[in-house]
Amino acid sequence: MKVLVAVKRVVDYNVKIRIKPDGSGVDTANLKMSMNPFDEIAVEEAVRWKEKGHAAEVVLIGIGPQAAQDTLRTGLAMGADRAVLVKTETETEPLAVAKLIAAVAKTEKPDVILLGKQAIDDDSNQTGQMLAALLGLPQGTFISAAKPDEAGRITVIREIDGGLETLSLATPCVLTTDLRLNEPRYASLPNIMKAKKKPLDVTTPADLGVDVAPRLALLKVAEPPTRKAGVIVGSVAELVDKLKNEAKVL
Amino acid sequence: MRALVIAEHDNRHLKPATLAAAEAARQLGGGVDILVAGARCAAVAEAAAAIPGVETVLLADDAVFEQALAEPLADLIAGLAGGYDALLAAATAAGKNVMPRVAALLDVQQVSDIVAVVSPDTFVRPIYAGNALATVRSADAKKVITVRTTAFEAAAGSGAAAVKPVAAVADAGLSQFLERRVTESVRPELTSARVIVAGGRGIGSDGAFALVSQLADILGGAVGASRAAVDAGFIPNDAQVGQTGKIVAPDLYIAVGISGAIQHLAGMKDSKVIVAINKDGEAPIFQVADYGLVADVFEAVPALIDCLNR
Ligand SMILES: Cc1cc2nc3c(=O)[nH]c(=O)nc-3n(C[C@H](O)[C@H](O)[C@H](O)COP(=O)(O)OP(=O)(O)OC[C@H]3O[C@@H](n4cnc5c(N)ncnc54)[C@H](O)[C@@H]3O)c2cc1C
Repeated sequence: MKVLVAVKRVVDYNVKIRIKPDGSGVDTANLKMSMNPFDEIAVEEAVRWKEKGHAAEVVLIGIGPQAAQDTLRTGLAMGADRAVLVKTETETEPLAVAKLIAAVAKTEKPDVILLGKQAIDDDSNQTGQMLAALLGLPQGTFISAAKPDEAGRITVIREIDGGLETLSLATPCVLTTDLRLNEPRYASLPNIMKAKKKPLDVTTPADLGVDVAPRLALLKVAEPPTRKAGVIVGSVAELVDKLKNEAKVL
Repeated sequence: MRALVIAEHDNRHLKPATLAAAEAARQLGGGVDILVAGARCAAVAEAAAAIPGVETVLLADDAVFEQALAEPLADLIAGLAGGYDALLAAATAAGKNVMPRVAALLDVQQVSDIVAVVSPDTFVRPIYAGNALATVRSADAKKVITVRTTAFEAAAGSGAAAVKPVAAVADAGLSQFLERRVTESVRPELTSARVIVAGGRGIGSDGAFALVSQLADILGGAVGASRAAVDAGFIPNDAQVGQTGKIVAPDLYIAVGISGAIQHLAGMKDSKVIVAINKDGEAPIFQVADYGLVADVFEAVPALIDCLNR
């Protein structure tokens, strides 16, 4: 089985972002960047499948600027075999990203495509589902377990609003990861060194024949309304009194 | 302008999240229809017909839609899209699963998780865990939108829409439903509860999590959790509140043993009144709490239960 994993370079989840004073966007200059945490989970899953003998090859795809290479190298250090960077100079929207991955998938012909369920920068939660639609494949979104079987199907458990749902998917298929799927490893120093020599191809949207012109115009980015810290109460009795007589929520 | 709202339901009951999507659709300013796709779901169609402002309920009642699998459902919605300028669903697990698939079938860039309609083509949506609000204008002729349910209050009143059957689609059988384990609870649903008591890693064990549930029960509330509490197995995944879990905005949110990471705050900071109980006075949760109590949960929560019982 061949697995294609999509990874995005995003502002690290621990960093508090700043909005540009003119409201034209989020200032990401000089911020710590990392692999989107859900994509780390996707890479980890693919690498575990390889270690268990389910997967023969794990290929990464990243879409972004030259610096997105670093993120791909991180995935290679985790254990992926090779990587493809689709180099873009501008922000790409989920639909365009899905089209780029679909174009690469047409030549790579993976049995499973793994993506994070959402990127923690734009929080769209779209790309995997869109990719499945473009390729006419079944989708297993928000998965917390996945098990390939001998018959060439994959059983997945999905995190849904009321609990958990189990589906059996034909392959090829598209899967998106939720937090509980696994705990990603840290790449060891020797593996980081080895990853530097693994193949990393670079292509462009033009090479792939994909139009990535944005459909959404960003008109403004603003601060959300901020909450003020309230009061520290001295006792449980005082808390109950305030909730009853001041906030009137009891 | 005509909008089609995708109803969310379990073949018996219409989920309240649908009402928020219907309200966002109404704000687009044109006619609103609603699609109920399911199996033996006539009762849902009846409930949908009573949503104020809905003109027609499209009812696709067929075994193929029983489990709301994304593949046939997206095909159905995309097939009906010709008559509409906008397609909307709630930004719930179900809506997030199917709508991007519909959008791609229609070659549309979806606008996810909107919190405001500025005009029929311009919307506000949170990005970066709600630390910024982006206003975006869609250039697509058709809009595909998911709606943050806490941002749109259901319109009052009741309607009497006509119910019109629509034909099912063929299922390619790409995915097969095996089972669904729904957390059974007598408590109110997290996303529509008036009171939520949420526990974090500070609770320490699944046994001790009963304290959180007890407090919730006394207040007639729902039980929520941080990611850490879910990861630790104190409580099932569907209780997770946050950027990548559920978005809630109850009248009262009591955070117990939760530090207040931005990913958690993203899911609850629009609550009307926030109470934090944490033994660390420096915990970031206190920066958003209206009332903070610096205390050990194992002393404070039993005392609180006691006080409320009296
Ligand atoms: C991609 C990604 C997505 C995420 N999505 C979410 C999400 O949707 N929701 C979410 O909640 N998190 C999410 N997180 C995790 C988030 O970053 C935090 O790790 C998590 O919220 C911490 O949970 P916590 O507050 O329960 O635990 P901790 O941060 O460990 O805090 C525990 C708190 O309990 C207090 N405490 C300990 N013992 C006691 C006691 N006896 N009495 C009183 N107080 C006590 C401590 O002082 C501390 O403040 C996400 C993270 C990532 C990377």
